[in-house]
Formats: sequence, structure tokens, C-alpha cells
Amino acid sequence: MINGTDTIAAISTAMNNSGIGIVRISGDDAFNIIKKIFRPAKDKDMACVPGYTIHYGHIVDGDNVIDEVLVMIMRAPHTFTREDTAEINCHGGMFVLNRTLELVCRSGARPAEPGEFTKRAFLNGRIDLSQAEAVIDVINAENNYALKSAVSQLSGSVSEKIRGERTVLLEQIAYIEAALDDPEHIEMEGYADTLLHILEKIRDSVGRLIATSDDGRIIKEGIKTVILGKPNVGKSSLLNALLGTERAIVTDIAGTTRDALEESLRLNDITLNVIDTAGIRETDDIIEKIGVEKAKEYAGEADLAVFVIDASKALDEDDRKIADIIRGKKAIALLNKTDIDRVTLPSDVKEILDCPVIETQVINGTGMDAFAETIRDMFYSGGLNFNDQVYITNVRQKNALIEAEGSLEKAIESVKAGLPEDFFTIDMMDAYASLGSVIGEAIEDDLADEIFAKFCMGK
Amino acid sequence: MTWQMRYLPSFVWVNEMAVVTEEYDIVVVGAGHAGCEAALAAARLGCRTICFTVSIDSIAMMPCNPNIGGSSKGHLVRELDALGGEMGKNIDRTFIQSRMLNTSKGPAVHSLRAQADKKEYSQSMRRTMENTDNLTVRQGEVTELIVEDGRIAGVKTLSGATYKAKAVVLATGTYLKARCIYGEVSEYTGPNGLKAANYLSDSMAENGIDIRRFKTGTPARVDKRSLDFSKMTEQKGDVPIVPFSFSTDPESIQKEQVSCYLTYTTPETHRIIRENIHRSPLFSGDITGVGPRYCPSIEDKVVKFPEKERHQIFVEPEGLYTNEMYLSGMSSSLPEDVQYAMYKTMIGLENVKIIRNAYAIEYDCIDANQIKPSLEFKAVECLYSAGQLNGSSGYEEAAVQGFMAGVNASRKISGKEPIILDRSQAYIGVLIDDLVTKENKEPYRMMTSRAEYRLLLRQDNADLRLREVGYEIGLVSKEEYEHTELKKRQIASEVERVSQIPIGAEKKTQEFLLAHGSTPLNTGVTLAELIRRPELSYSAVAELDPDRPALEASVIEQIDIEIKYQGYIVRQQKQVENFKRVERRLLDENIDYESIQGLRLEAGQKLNKFKPRSVGQASRISGVTPADIAVLLIYLQKEGRNH
Repeated sequence: MINGTDTIAAISTAMNNSGIGIVRISGDDAFNIIKKIFRPAKDKDMACVPGYTIHYGHIVDGDNVIDEVLVMIMRAPHTFTREDTAEINCHGGMFVLNRTLELVCRSGARPAEPGEFTKRAFLNGRIDLSQAEAVIDVINAENNYALKSAVSQLSGSVSEKIRGERTVLLEQIAYIEAALDDPEHIEMEGYADTLLHILEKIRDSVGRLIATSDDGRIIKEGIKTVILGKPNVGKSSLLNALLGTERAIVTDIAGTTRDALEESLRLNDITLNVIDTAGIRETDDIIEKIGVEKAKEYAGEADLAVFVIDASKALDEDDRKIADIIRGKKAIALLNKTDIDRVTLPSDVKEILDCPVIETQVINGTGMDAFAETIRDMFYSGGLNFNDQVYITNVRQKNALIEAEGSLEKAIESVKAGLPEDFFTIDMMDAYASLGSVIGEAIEDDLADEIFAKFCMGK
Repeated sequence: MTWQMRYLPSFVWVNEMAVVTEEYDIVVVGAGHAGCEAALAAARLGCRTICFTVSIDSIAMMPCNPNIGGSSKGHLVRELDALGGEMGKNIDRTFIQSRMLNTSKGPAVHSLRAQADKKEYSQSMRRTMENTDNLTVRQGEVTELIVEDGRIAGVKTLSGATYKAKAVVLATGTYLKARCIYGEVSEYTGPNGLKAANYLSDSMAENGIDIRRFKTGTPARVDKRSLDFSKMTEQKGDVPIVPFSFSTDPESIQKEQVSCYLTYTTPETHRIIRENIHRSPLFSGDITGVGPRYCPSIEDKVVKFPEKERHQIFVEPEGLYTNEMYLSGMSSSLPEDVQYAMYKTMIGLENVKIIRNAYAIEYDCIDANQIKPSLEFKAVECLYSAGQLNGSSGYEEAAVQGFMAGVNASRKISGKEPIILDRSQAYIGVLIDDLVTKENKEPYRMMTSRAEYRLLLRQDNADLRLREVGYEIGLVSKEEYEHTELKKRQIASEVERVSQIPIGAEKKTQEFLLAHGSTPLNTGVTLAELIRRPELSYSAVAELDPDRPALEASVIEQIDIEIKYQGYIVRQQKQVENFKRVERRLLDENIDYESIQGLRLEAGQKLNKFKPRSVGQASRISGVTPADIAVLLIYLQKEGRNH
């Protein structure tokens, strides 16, 4: 089919055995296919039933009953893809799902590519590219904060913000160009100062968006955490405690740059990406094993340093060394083993490192809620507000913003250096294009590919 | 060919038996700035060419302003010259004053402009036309296109004669059903009272070409003896004079120059215009053609900028042969009495005597969306269109189109691919792409702002950009081409050399820098870094560079620009790479855009109408959005996979 109205199908639920599984069909033939392979319990013409109805019956391949199912009928254009869509709710075994999909495809559909349903939503004008991108983020959201941010982007919050800055930029480009052609009627006296002010304002605004991307990454991917402490202070126990109740699902998120040595652990509703957990388990003496330099490097990469200290021992030279390594970073000291004879008090810790100190007994979970509360205060409550703040949670968007910031900076330099106006627009045009790329409004031959390539099957 | 007795105008009967029939490779209709370039290019490329004009005495006539070049138009002339066109050489032979404009701005907007002696300009071009091999110049009005199976086969003239041809270039300027108007007076003539061509547009329409109507205007010409120049600002020509043509030896054209004068309108001028605006045919609705926004009449300017108390007016000589002076910026279609009244209120024009009235001219032209980037009609094969017929305005805009049409018509009939310059190569590319791609609702004038990559498309490097293309076409000689190649090598090696020369913070250097108003060095730098300082240049640092080779001034100019603006040039080159990426994604002519899923109806219709060559061109069509392009790219990707 040339014009793309062919019908696609895919298993839209997770690729493992589960309670139910859904085969989704979208396209002009969706209802005809259902008519061929679905035998409703009550006799009715499946091609004619109204939208938003659910029908009980069986999937049949000739005389063979494959599964007992519910079929949901949604009529265009009130569907995600804006095409006729049917969803078959099967029992959740992989075998039965694959049989059903195979039957659907034999009856006139073709297997969908990853992201193809969303691509159709875009092609049919339901969402724009930046919203398509947000759909992936909703799917991949690992915690509440990530989900809120993605949903906010899905509603167009990033686009709106960027569009505003772009409009201002374009107005100035147009003014300069007009003045080039009609110097008699368009006044340039004093314009450089005006422009400088405007460019700096846009640059700062772009800079603030980039700054949110650190928060954005933390929202989306979790907090990059390094756990440091002398041997036998309880680091392994801390890992086990984090793993204990709720083993986090460790996933690969396309497009993120998670270190191979990181492991994603959950503390209540917070995701911690702990660096070099293997190292902690193997030797427990991370500093000795990797050396001070490497520890510094880890600490440098981390959003949060957790400094574990044995309360039953006095602080010594090694503790001070660790304190030096993480000084200046967001850090939390866990004063552990407070159930044994206390030697070190929180005030002692504060003397070597100015950070919140939490008394814990990680072995039995004491203090872990306070630990979580402290992290939340440190990373989320301190200004994360999804109602009026936009967060950049996407690496592609962040890179485009950094490009825009660089171009604006160059334009500012040109203005300051007193160059003729015709030099300003070169970098202003670059900034305009990069901002367009952030919101999917740019003429780039690989932009759409780049966005849809990140999708998983069935979405 | 079957054709019966033909009924032309009511008074001309033509009998089949009596008519002349001749055969040529290429027919060019019109001998203005577009027609001359088209005819010369075609003939020089070896095609037997005939060029028609309604008046043999009006070849390359300048019916409006008496100059060639100016902001961005100077770029066009330079580019045309680099490709092997005639305009640059012709103005170098006939100019009476020359200036480089905008020198206070960046090198991208520097522009050469020369005042022409109008009569000399026209006669010099006529001599060239008449003495070019393979070229016949013929007075006569072409009235009809002969089209067979969607392909042009020749033309017919008012006399009934048939001229068969393999290709035809239409360069009819403002002559099709022309009407000149001032106030309540209107005459059906071409410019300067020349005969209009009243039949050809009907024949075009019969062959599926849509005709529309544009208008333009020209100011009054006044008697030099009636002006008080002491109240105006004199504008002298440059010394030394820079030639337009890369083939002209600068030494050979240094001469005495005449002056132009700058004066102003007054509040009184504006009052008179406002009080009589209802008598302007433009405002009364008598003129329906759409006029240019960027070359507006004085009444347009007064209405559009009510807060302005005065407008600049340049008083320019029409030639050495006459006392006529051109009032640049005062084009008008107000009645004669109002013209007199308003001109008299201008500074230095208190006793002005008008020799010719200002007038507006209305004419038939086409929406250039009907032609391809090669300037060939989509509807009629081998029929080309150039100049004001395509909805442009200006001599230079016309000339470059004429040249490209002549070249592409010749190439077509010898089975070669057309030459299409893109937006990153030349202003010519920008001009033609804009004409054939964008919605142009008024006469199109070239402007600096229309070129996205203008820092690369400078007038000073047109030879470096385009000599090679001209050589490939066959209109640039081997010597000229090799001279340019040598220049390129000299620039590259010299830029490389000065980028390698270390300059230490020695006493001698520091003294040199202080003496040239530059800050002393803290650490060692390269010579190129010193040249980059705004207060210094390649020539200024000669003292620090005893081993430099002797180079021509034009080479040194390039070295300076390349070094000084290197960062900007590199960034602009990167923009060009991005531009070319989508420009190279070609689109099949057979794509039915309205059947592409996801493409908005408006975009589908527009794309079907234009049938763009590439994704890049598609993106520039008005009404096609970036989201439409994303949809189109997804479609192309899917198609690519299917094949």
C-alpha cells in the first residue's frame, strides 16, 4: 500500500506471561479482521458495532478456538491513532498472544514496527513531534516525578515555552534583515543595545531550561548516587536494604547514558542509580580497591554522595579523606550501627563534613524513611513544581538547547564586538534552528527518525 | 502544419501562401536585458538564434533608472559576469560614474553600482548583438506560440511569418498589453511610448499558461538647467573605479566621472500628495495590477510612513548626451499638474522643468510557479520564460534570468541537463528559487535579505564561486577559468602561510602594534591572529612579514576577508551543509501528494501544484510547514524501504 492506510497489529503488552495480554490492531481493515477471526458470544456484525464498546467471545482460526477474549472497538477518529482501532484482550500467555497476532496478520494486517502506532498518531495530526517524544517518556517513566514531567510535556508545555523564545528571536532577525534592505526607513541607531538585551534574555531563558535538564535527568532516570565509607561500616547492608523489599526493575532506557556499573535501586518512591555496586559487594573497601582518584571521579559524576560511618568507632584519618573527596557535593551521612556502643555523634560528623546526618541501623531498616525524606527534601521538594515549571528530560532536546545557547552566545559576542548587523543574524538563525529542533519544528531529514526510533514495539 | 487563413487584428489579413517561414534553433522574444543575455548565450553556445524586438532602436533600453547594480543587484551582475554574461562588460564600457555602496557595513552587503549613459549602454549592447555569430536580430512583434503535442515548435509574428524553433525563450518585459498611466491619462503603449505587444499573452493563455497583471512605475525626468544643485549634496564617484566584469582591466576604465545629487522631499511635498491622493489611479482603483513593495512610488511611501517628514531623493544624470535628470525615489502616477506642484516643493527643484512625466505601467506577466527552476514551462516543453514576464522587477534580475533561460534552452536542445544554481551558490539561485517556489504577489526585487548565506555569496568572490560553472557551460574561456583557479590557489596558500607564521612579543612587534593603535602582545600569536584584529589587516602587517609574495589587490582582498571573518564563514558553511542535505533529497515528479497519509490537505494541494524538485524546495513553498515536511520524510523513508 502506498498511501499508508494499511492495517497494522502488534502485541501491546509486555512480552512475558501475565494475567492478560492485548493485541492491538489499527487501520481501515481493523474491524473486518475482527469480523473474520472473532466469534462474539451474542450474534452481531462486528463491522457495524458502535465505538467504545466491549464484546465478549472467542478468537477462532477456522474451527479452532484459540482463546476466550474481550474485544474493544474504537472508531476513528476518536482513537490514539485516529484510525479504526480494535484491541483484543487475550489471556496473557505469550503462546496464545503470538497465535492471535499471527492470525490477525494472516487476516489482512501486517506486524507494526516499533513506535508505529504513535507515528500514525503524529501522521494523522493528533500529536506533534515533541508530544510524540513525550509519549516515550510516559512509557519509560520509572517514578512519579518522571511521569508528571512527561505528561506535562505531552500537553505541550515545552513546545509552548520554546515557541515563545523563537518568536522573539525571529522578530529580531526580521528587523535586522528589513533594515539591511531599507536603511532609509528602518532606524538602526541604538539598536545594538536593544538587541544585546533581548539576546541575553533569551540566552538566560535557554540556559535555565538547560539547567532544569539536570533536574530533568534526575526526574527521569533517578539520582546518580555514590556510596562511600570505610570497610565494614555497612555499605553492603545498605545495598541489601535498598534491594530488600522492593527490587527495582533494572531497565535499559534508550538514549540515556547510564553507566554500565550503575544499578537502579528504589527507596520508597525515589530511584537511586548507585555507582559501582559490584565493587561494594566484592570488597566493601571501595577506596582501597579503586583508589582515591577513581573515588573522586565517581563522586564527581554523582548527584548524591552517601557517606556511611560506623557510629561505634571514632572518626579517623580515612573518614576525613572521604569527607574531603565529597566536600561541596550534595551529601548525606548515614551514621550507622547506632545500636552498638556509640562513640561518634552526629555533631562529630558535622565537624568533618557539613551535611545532613541520619542515624540508621540499616541492618534492620531503622532510619531508612528518614533517609528517603532527606533525599526528597534535597532533590524534589526544593523547587520541583510541575504546574509552572518546564523540565527538559530528554537528551536530544538538551543537546539542541545547548547548541542554541552556544549560538546565542556567539551572536552576543558579535554585538559586543561592534560588528555590522549583518553578522548577527548568522548565529541568530542557528539558534532559531536549534530551538526548532527541540520542539520538532525544524527541517532536518533525520529528526522524525530519531524520535520514532526510540519506541518499543506495540506503541 | 495545418493552419488556415489566419485572422489577426481586424486590419491585418494574412494569406498562407504569402508568408515567410524560417527555421532556427532558438527564438528569443524580446531584446531587453533578459532577451539580450538569452540571445547572446544561446548564439555563443552555437545555437542558430533569432531575437525579436518591437523596436530595433530600443535594444537593452533602460526605461527606468539610469544605473546598473546597487544593493544585491550588484551581486547579480557580478555573478552573471562570472558565468559569461554580457551585462558587466557592457556597463564597464558605458558607465559615467561608479560607486561601491554600503562600505560601512560587512563585506557581504558591499555592492557596486554604476551610473550608465543610457544611450551608450543601449548602443553598445546593440553592437555586441549585431556582431555575434549565429545571432539574427529582427524587428517584429511575436503574436503567437506554435505548440505541438505539449512542445514548442516556433512562433508567428504580426506579419504572419512563421519561425520554427526547437526552443523559445520569452522575455517580453513590460510590453504585454502594456498600459501607461498618470492621473486620468492612460495610453495603451509600452514604456517610453513604444508599441505594446497585444496578442502574445492570449496565445500563451490558449496554451494553458495563466496570465496575471503587475504594475511598476517610473519618476519624472527633468531639465538639468532648472535645478539648483547648490542646495543638494553632491555624490562623486569612487577613485579608483572598480570594474563590474572580472575580465575588465581596472586600469583601462579609470576616467572622469559625473556626479549625482542627494536632495529631499519636504512636508509641503507630502501635503500636496495627501491632498491629491484620490486622483492617483492606484488609489482610485483604475490600476489593478500589483506594484512592488520595495520600489514604491512616492505616494506609497507618504501613505506608508506618515511620520516621516522627508524622503531621500537622488538626482541622477541619464547620460552625457542629454540634460535629462532622473529623480530616483519619486516614481508616481499622479496627474501632471500634481506632479509639477509636488516636484516644485522639493529642495533645489523650486523652478523645475519636467521633460517626461512620471507614469505607472501595467502589463501582463505570469506567476512563475508555472515554470521549473530551469525556467522551462511545466505546461509547454522547450518554452522558457525570463525577466519581468516572470514577475520580477529590475534590469539585473531580468538579465540573469535571460542568461539562465538562454543557457538552459541551448542545453535542452542538445540533450544536456539544465544548469540550476542553488541558494547556497548564488543570488541568481536565490532569485530563481524564490520566483518558482514562493508566492510572489508583487514584482520581485532582489534584496540582500533574501539570501540566507550572504556572507558566502559576496560580490567580491562571484568569480571564485561561479567561473567554473561558466566554464562548464562553455561561456567562459580557458584563460579566464585558469586565472580564477590560480587566484583560488594563491588565496589558499597565502591564508595557510600567514596562519603558520609565529609572531613573538618582541620589542619591535610591540612598537609596531602601538604605532598602529593596537594592543601589545602578552604571548606569541600567529600573523593571522594579528590580521584578524579589527584595526589591522593583511596589508597593514606587511612590515612584520618580509617574505610575503607579490599578489594582486583582488587576491589580498580575499585573504583579508577569509582571515577576518573565518569563524562566521565556517559557521555559514555548516548551515549550507545542512541546507544541502535536504536539497539533495530529490522528489519524484509522479508523487501524488494528496494521497500521502498525514499530509494536510492544503500542503498536499500546494505540493501537487508545485511538484518540487527536492525536499528542500518543498520546505520553502508557502503553506508547507515543518510538520508537513516531517510527514513527507516519513513517507519517503517508507517508500525507500518498499523499493
